[in-house]
Amino acid sequence: MGKNIKLTEAVLEFDKDKEIEKITTRLRDILRQDLKRRGLVVAISGGIDSSVSSALCVKAMGQERVYGLLLPETDSSSETFEKGKAMVETLGIEYEVHNIAPTLETLGCYKWRDDAIKTVFPEYGEGWKNKIIISGGVDGQFNHFMLVVQQPDGKVLQERLGLKEYLQIVAATNYKQRVRKTIEYFHADRLNYAVVGTPNRLEHDQGFFVKNGDGSADVKPIAHLYKTQVYALARHLGLPDMVCNARPTTDTYSMPQGQDEFYFALPYEQMDIALWSLNHGIVAAELAAFLGITEKQAQFIYNDIEAKRRTTKYLHAKGVLVEAVPEVMA
Amino acid sequence: MSVEAKVRGYILENFLFTDDQSALDGSVSLLENGTMDSTGVLEVINFLEEEFGISVADEEMIPENLESVDNIVAFVARKKG
Repeated sequence: MGKNIKLTEAVLEFDKDKEIEKITTRLRDILRQDLKRRGLVVAISGGIDSSVSSALCVKAMGQERVYGLLLPETDSSSETFEKGKAMVETLGIEYEVHNIAPTLETLGCYKWRDDAIKTVFPEYGEGWKNKIIISGGVDGQFNHFMLVVQQPDGKVLQERLGLKEYLQIVAATNYKQRVRKTIEYFHADRLNYAVVGTPNRLEHDQGFFVKNGDGSADVKPIAHLYKTQVYALARHLGLPDMVCNARPTTDTYSMPQGQDEFYFALPYEQMDIALWSLNHGIVAAELAAFLGITEKQAQFIYNDIEAKRRTTKYLHAKGVLVEAVPEVMA
Repeated sequence: MSVEAKVRGYILENFLFTDDQSALDGSVSLLENGTMDSTGVLEVINFLEEEFGISVADEEMIPENLESVDNIVAFVARKKG
């Protein structure tokens, strides 16, 4: 194991100018050769990934061929919206703000979610906030999910979620990503543009996306880059400080929620290192020494990464055919 | 019906869509052979809690208790014992 590859602080360093050149050239080639579209639609949440992706799109195609969308809803933080707005204004692209809350309300997104929450906390209602946090994987347990609610007086309560309630809350909140994608494709269709997906490598590898929601796109320009590298590109591209310095959140639940709480076992800097190490055959003991954790914990993290790959394989899968149709290329 | 028969019946019907007993080897890891993912584990826990009236604690949600029929049956026996 290891094959002479050493885990050091420098493993995620890269030539940023060369990377930008590579991505922007590929984007133009993909649009011209594969997608036959004239520009790019990108929904900008204000997070690091959509911000860097949109900046790369503008570098590749120019301001005139990139259309931005800001798609907030009831649980979006105003801070995130401001970051998104700062981005589109910095980039100088045409954009639209479309609040999707009324659509979500009509679909029953909030009601389905709240009904599930009320089976756990019957008093839950107006003025309460909620989020889901992941638990177990880093301790060698199966991953399971805790529902956290905050009462109007600020008191926080927490309970393990049963399967039915967990699935219902996730299904309801997935409406958010799916409605956004529907709007993205409306604009892509009307402009004859392609839709940009903005996952980084961690998200893409670990299945941290909604199938037919944010996971759906025609092109995903940063899916090969570790999150640490996306932050490095943001600074190199000169994006606003408020974007470059923000910690990743889901911006999906009404309580503040870090991505590491919701899905990943560790903060992104350490998850990047763990994923890189697993991908490069670094043994658990070496990862443990680097991160200052026990070998057992490092092995649990490796196991967790592999478990998530297995569990989310379905998210990556296209509709499966009973029999191949060789005349149509995948 | 024994605990083992109930657990086997549940996994055969719910995960494998068959009543063919030979389709399920009690000693095999259902995670490693791809029958069950982590959501499937939560389904099994839900089944065990409802069927046998036990409560599975967070620290008990580990492969040693839940990854094969034999492990599940032994775990239920310990909980009920």
